[in-house]
Amino acid sequence: MTSDTLVAAAPAVPAAPHEFLHAQARWHWAEIAFWLATLLPFVLTPDYLALASQVAITALFALSLDLILGFSGIVSLGHAAYFGVGAYTAGLISVWGWGESLTGLVAAGLAAGIVGYITSFVIARFRHLALIMITLGFCLLLQEAANDANWLTGGFNGLQGVHTWKLLGTFEFDLYGYTAYAYALAALFLIFLLARRIIHSPFGLALRGIRENGARMPAIGAPTHSHIRTIYTIAAIIAGIAGAILTQTTETVSLEALGFQRSADVLVMLIVGGTGRLYGGLIGAAVYMVARDQFSGLNPQFWYFWIGLLLIAIVMFLPNGILGGLTSIAAYIKAKWAKAP
Amino acid sequence: MLPALGVLFDGVAYGMLLFLMSVGLSVTLGMMNFVNLAHCSFAMLGGYVTVTLMNAAGWPFLATLPAAFVAGAAASVLLEHIFFSRFYNSNELNQCLLTIGIVFVSIAGAAYIYGTDQQPMQLPAYLQGSFNVGGVDLAIYRLFLIVVAALITAVLMATLESTRFGAQVRAAVNNQRMARGLGIDVDRLFAFTFALGGGLAGLGGGLAIPMLGLDPSFALTYLIYVLIVVAVGGLGSIAGSFVAAMLLGVADMAGKYYVPALGSVLIYLVMLVMIMWRPTGLFGRR
Repeated sequence: MTSDTLVAAAPAVPAAPHEFLHAQARWHWAEIAFWLATLLPFVLTPDYLALASQVAITALFALSLDLILGFSGIVSLGHAAYFGVGAYTAGLISVWGWGESLTGLVAAGLAAGIVGYITSFVIARFRHLALIMITLGFCLLLQEAANDANWLTGGFNGLQGVHTWKLLGTFEFDLYGYTAYAYALAALFLIFLLARRIIHSPFGLALRGIRENGARMPAIGAPTHSHIRTIYTIAAIIAGIAGAILTQTTETVSLEALGFQRSADVLVMLIVGGTGRLYGGLIGAAVYMVARDQFSGLNPQFWYFWIGLLLIAIVMFLPNGILGGLTSIAAYIKAKWAKAP
Repeated sequence: MLPALGVLFDGVAYGMLLFLMSVGLSVTLGMMNFVNLAHCSFAMLGGYVTVTLMNAAGWPFLATLPAAFVAGAAASVLLEHIFFSRFYNSNELNQCLLTIGIVFVSIAGAAYIYGTDQQPMQLPAYLQGSFNVGGVDLAIYRLFLIVVAALITAVLMATLESTRFGAQVRAAVNNQRMARGLGIDVDRLFAFTFALGGGLAGLGGGLAIPMLGLDPSFALTYLIYVLIVVAVGGLGSIAGSFVAAMLLGVADMAGKYYVPALGSVLIYLVMLVMIMWRPTGLFGRR
């Protein structure tokens, strides 16, 4: 894995460390173009705004997984646990009579963060297969518990009676998804800025160090366990917020919100897009969700056949995902251009 | 007291199945550190081979079991040769993704050929029914299952403990580089072990149909149980897998019988505690 992001085109490495971080954090024109492009669905495909808001929510979820998997090297097969905690928290608050969305987000983030903080003490101690099994087991455990706690979560039938008030008291969550997409996109952008800031901070650099060599980081005095706990808690909060937005915009919560399937899906998206790149999860989520929408229209049963083939192909031929492939093509063209004149 | 005997009996039968389906994964994971999430797809393949041979070709049940073994072994050799052998030095995330991709393809393939329904299967008359021990009805098929799996386990253990091949496998699991240094052809050994593991999974899949049923989601549903067995038992340990499979089988049956409200929560809780207590598994050394 390489540690460059989309903005990897920094020239020679500057002398001072803070200058290196500044150079990494500079906005690239492609980034600005990307965010302007996220506004296009409002004008170009107004019929698909509901799908677009799903994409934005999933992208936020994938971003949170990228923080722990891509940047810190913590493999998790159970990240949907925090998504589900957020989704159910937002849903329950609404069922109990408080449908205001922004406070709902805060509450959901808080709940997921608390669960994330508690579990992070376990996560920080394990690696490899044990870690995969623990994250998977925790996710399955939570799903079974939610299934059993019929009185609270509605069990298999999902939570009934979620109602979200008008956003900020003025914007109704309409059937076409204008408000939903604007809301999800705004949350995605703001949290993305935060994640970008974290990744380009000295703390973010330390995380990448942990990913590259977890044994050597303590030797230079980095408190790896507390770093892992911090980023894991942050990722859990973001996942919880993503779950809450899904609940608020669709006004339902089902067990599927914290299932193994969702954990596996988000992992696939992140890999397809490219791990360890801020935009990897975003692009992966967009490609995956739009492709699933198109394919399931044609042939719902065999969606997973194509996803399986895609996974095999990506692992075999494009180990750094779509973004990794694009970056190497760009680097290749640049090298050609530099040689040509 | 009496239901306890029945629960124990069913749990042991279930545990035997889990053992057959997971032992191959445990050994290959221990030897090459290759995380093969597609292991249960071999079991599913064995199941479908059994069903097809019985229903379409009219083979007797017992004759289909070796065929299920061969199918599982052949498929695992093929996949090992085409895909897995390129990923031995890759990280576990890539291995997970590659093999989960194969699981998805196998599930969709099974759904395409056989549909998503449970496969019907008629056991021969001598394996149907039950017998009575001290007032408890025990199914004959489950007894048959226990006997067959116990025989296979005994043969497996004896092979590993007292043959040249077994000694080589143990050496390669313990220290792969050292084994290579001593002139053991670890790659060939691994391909062979992989085939054996895939074959046992296929056999387990064939044997599992009357007890667990068979539909395309089999490869994913039981993958989780197999992973639990491997992680709790310890990588590369046949005895560990056996103990873990028995524990899981009995605990699952007992949980579903005595506290059905909890569902599978109990199993996952037990697994989490076990792995946190011993991250390398009960019998694992690394």
